[in-house]
Amino acid sequence: MNAGAILIAVLVAATLAVTLGVALGWAAARIEPNADSLVERIDALLPQTQCGQCRYPGCRPYAAAIASSAAEIDRCPPGGEATVRALAELLDRALRPLDPEFGVPKPAQVAWIDEARCIGCARCLPACPVDAIVGTSRQMHTVITRQCTGCELCLPPCPVDCIELRPAPAVSRRYSQPRAA
Amino acid sequence: MTELLLLALGASLVNNFVLSNFLGLCPFIGVSRRFEAAVGMALATLFVLTLASGLSFALWQWVLVPLGLEYLRTLVFILLIAGVVQFAEIMVRATSPLLHQLLGIFLPLITTNCAVLGVALLNVDRQHGLLESLVFGASAGAGFGLALLLFTALRERLDTADVPRAFRGAPVALVTAGLMALAFMGFAGLGAR
Repeated sequence: MNAGAILIAVLVAATLAVTLGVALGWAAARIEPNADSLVERIDALLPQTQCGQCRYPGCRPYAAAIASSAAEIDRCPPGGEATVRALAELLDRALRPLDPEFGVPKPAQVAWIDEARCIGCARCLPACPVDAIVGTSRQMHTVITRQCTGCELCLPPCPVDCIELRPAPAVSRRYSQPRAA
Repeated sequence: MTELLLLALGASLVNNFVLSNFLGLCPFIGVSRRFEAAVGMALATLFVLTLASGLSFALWQWVLVPLGLEYLRTLVFILLIAGVVQFAEIMVRATSPLLHQLLGIFLPLITTNCAVLGVALLNVDRQHGLLESLVFGASAGAGFGLALLLFTALRERLDTADVPRAFRGAPVALVTAGLMALAFMGFAGLGAR
């Protein structure tokens, strides 16, 4: 095999790879995943606490349920009145008060771990929907305040009740930054 | 016309890619838990197989053979298939996000579905023309889809059946696949030539 044949082989393979790459890049940019869909727009209005008080596993499944009319818009206590109003406006549905069956609105709060009492059982880690608790087995755990949504889901698994909810710092992540994509 | 019909019959039933040639077993076992996911997988594979067999034929006929690069076919075909699968993924994501979520990792894995590469290589080996390649690819995809859907329906029924403990899950699925392969041997001789 001479150098010319190798050059041609490399050129053909490279040309094909570049052509495919460009075509795919163009297609990906051209054919958008329908990000503008109703579910996305509803999801953007929900508070992203992932607390599950609406009886759905998280904000996005609840958004999907609202979009398909399987659920009413009054199931989100963390979002409070403001969320219900925004949803009613977006969906052109009647404004209604929050259903108390799903909980009552509370002031913004964050979880806090009493590190002296924490036994490092790591049971609160899988419960956290936003991975805001750091720690590992037999080590003390702590909460990343900036990421905590105050959903209270870490309270029930804790065997020593060392987690408590405290008022959120004045400017919480939820109100200051858009949600990371 | 009869030729093409026989080709289609052969690729989809008599020499079914999954049950007679044992190609593409990974998605056959992996995506046969839920019927909706299996339908999506069958359609995505059909799409990829047809497109990939047409494109690989074009590449073979008009690029590789004139340049004397026949030995590069495996590499070039895999590159092409990977590209087509990515394209299929973009299409599925754009048309049905739910299906995209259901198929999950198995969508990119069509790349390593050996049935796809198998069809491309068999087309070359049997010296199929463009139309023949397309028919062969599409009917191989249809045969894959048929086997997958039948198998999924069986597995959904098995979930509620009282299977002995040692056989629960994967073992009984593999036994079922074996029995299906036996049943498909009944097609042998159909349209023989």
